[in-house]
Amino acid sequence: MSEQVKVPTMAEMLAASEVPEVLFWVGCAGSFDDRAKKITKALVKILHKASVKFAVLGTEESCSGDPAKRAGNEFLFQMQAMMNIQVLNGYEVKNIVTACPHCFNTLKNEYPELGGNYKVLHHTQFIRQLIDEGRLKPKGGQAFKGKRITFHDPCYLGRANSVFEAPRELLEKLDAELVEMKRCKSKGLCCGAGGAQMFKEAEKGNKEVNIERSEEALALKPQIIATGCPFCNTMMTDGVKNFNKEDETKVMDVAELIAQAEDL
Amino acid sequence: MGIANIIFLIALIAAVGAFAFQVRKIRRNILLGKDVDMSGNAGERFKIMARVALGQSKMVKRPLAGIMHVFIYVGFVIINLEVLEIIIDGIFGTHRIFSGMGLAYDALIASFEVLAVLVLLACIVFLARRYGGQIRRFEMKELFGWPKNDAYIILWVEVILMGAFLTMNAADLALQQKGSAHYTEAGSYPVSSFTAPLLAGMSESGLIALERGAWWAHILGILLFLNYLPISKHFHIILAFPNTYFTRLKPMGEFNNMEKVKKEVELMMDPNADPYAAPAEPESEGPQEKFGAKDVGDLSWKNLMDAYSCTECGRCTAECPANITGKLLSPRKIMMDTRDRLEEVGRNIDKHGKDYDDGKSLLGDYITEEELWACTTCNACVQACPVNINPLEIIVDLRRYLVMEESKSPTELNSMYTNVENNGAPWAFAQADRLKWAEED
Repeated sequence: MSEQVKVPTMAEMLAASEVPEVLFWVGCAGSFDDRAKKITKALVKILHKASVKFAVLGTEESCSGDPAKRAGNEFLFQMQAMMNIQVLNGYEVKNIVTACPHCFNTLKNEYPELGGNYKVLHHTQFIRQLIDEGRLKPKGGQAFKGKRITFHDPCYLGRANSVFEAPRELLEKLDAELVEMKRCKSKGLCCGAGGAQMFKEAEKGNKEVNIERSEEALALKPQIIATGCPFCNTMMTDGVKNFNKEDETKVMDVAELIAQAEDL
Repeated sequence: MGIANIIFLIALIAAVGAFAFQVRKIRRNILLGKDVDMSGNAGERFKIMARVALGQSKMVKRPLAGIMHVFIYVGFVIINLEVLEIIIDGIFGTHRIFSGMGLAYDALIASFEVLAVLVLLACIVFLARRYGGQIRRFEMKELFGWPKNDAYIILWVEVILMGAFLTMNAADLALQQKGSAHYTEAGSYPVSSFTAPLLAGMSESGLIALERGAWWAHILGILLFLNYLPISKHFHIILAFPNTYFTRLKPMGEFNNMEKVKKEVELMMDPNADPYAAPAEPESEGPQEKFGAKDVGDLSWKNLMDAYSCTECGRCTAECPANITGKLLSPRKIMMDTRDRLEEVGRNIDKHGKDYDDGKSLLGDYITEEELWACTTCNACVQACPVNINPLEIIVDLRRYLVMEESKSPTELNSMYTNVENNGAPWAFAQADRLKWAEED
């Protein structure tokens, strides 16, 4: 990150006797995946621009346990969850924002029964809240004026948690032309990465799921396929490349679009 | 009471008794599942049932099939009022006992006639869709054999029942117009007023025979059909209501917490736990409970009710990303397998008693690992089901058994677990590097 944008950790905050208003849960993809790191940085820039006092866990953060839970490894999931809950409760964390729908779903829905109770928001919800509170005033700008954008609903944001509107409302701020795929919102088609598929070869079939989905998105001839999940981003990017359309169609996270519109 | 009334009464009692016997068996089978607490939230549950089952809200997401289904559904419910009259007439030898209701009776009979025609129309459309062979979800492997025949039997029986009902009315009206003694003028017949004149050439005794024949065919058909339900996918007309009432109320993304695992993990993470402590006494006698599900008895009773509620429409499978892309997984097959296996377990209990083990199980003998590992847990199947069946819960519980009891994960997933355990991330990156991104541009 640039010199002006600091990324404080919870430990540093605590040492300085400060309390952040929100913890940014970065997630494994956001921390390590080169493509997803760009989304992480875009969100940090937005938080900075809106003067949000945030912190990350840094090296104290660990996998939420989502892929283990979906695969059926409840032991590993609960070990991860309980370790994370110890850390989060140790810092008395109340509010969490994350750019990963899998972390979002797990922390929000599955941590409470293990003793972790937090108000968890997906970054699209959090950014919308910043705009609603007047802390972030998107100029709309010329960057995306008239461009065709379609939104791919991440399963664990949309169907799994009924968050359909927050990302779309942000896209509308861009003054772009929002076009919907036939399979959108509660009928959205998976990118193929969920349920721990991200970490294994697909079972035998006649097509990859991300190809099916990218085909559907590309049929709309969008300049941008927007999404809100690092794994969807990977799958859709690969799908677009498969059709040699990476010059015409970019796969971007909603946070990146907002950051770009703001010249951040 | 004449001999006909006695025969009718015996048929009625036999049919209702046999139906009750079959329903008790299904209830027993469902209760072989593990207990889950579904109490509370009655208000919300009634609302869901009213919207999804009574109001058919998810059926009409596919407009053509949805509207046709509404015809059959409304026809079934409303025409049952007529069946009530038929039963009273049958027992007491009366004829059209409700006809004293006057105008209301006219309206009822008229609506039955219109609905009967709409039901016929819907059945013909549905039969055409199935015989046409163009709809992928009706042509899949899991439907070959009995399931396809089951669907055809249901539709043809409904065609016959409606045909008999309309024939009965037409003959009745023709007799009314002839001024036949027993057939007082009653009811309004928007359909039969067109068909009755076709019968005008028949003699009075011929018409009476036709009317009686159709009357008996209609009611005996219904009583037989009632007893067909429990061995058929058509049982959904009953279970759709309790099944939607007991819909899972949590967000779809929230998978259930395993209390048993929680206890062990808490013990593992408790610094004060005595590592040399003797294992706690098992809380109950009987076999050790498994992690996850291997057979139908390891699933919850709601999962098993889901299986009996499934009418094999295949909307789940049509939305499944794995199935769309040619993988082996079909959520509908998961439900059909669960029901088939549960029926088999039930037959074993009937034949050999409660503790009989046939050496078979849902996992392995019915559902393969390849199917389970194709699932992306996207919940599209759960969303698509018109009666709120949840195939995903079963898939995940079977995966849990594979992973935690048999250590049978795909190799790459084993690497993922190891990475999470060692590095706190599903990839082999060092935890110490977790904040490196903040130092980059």
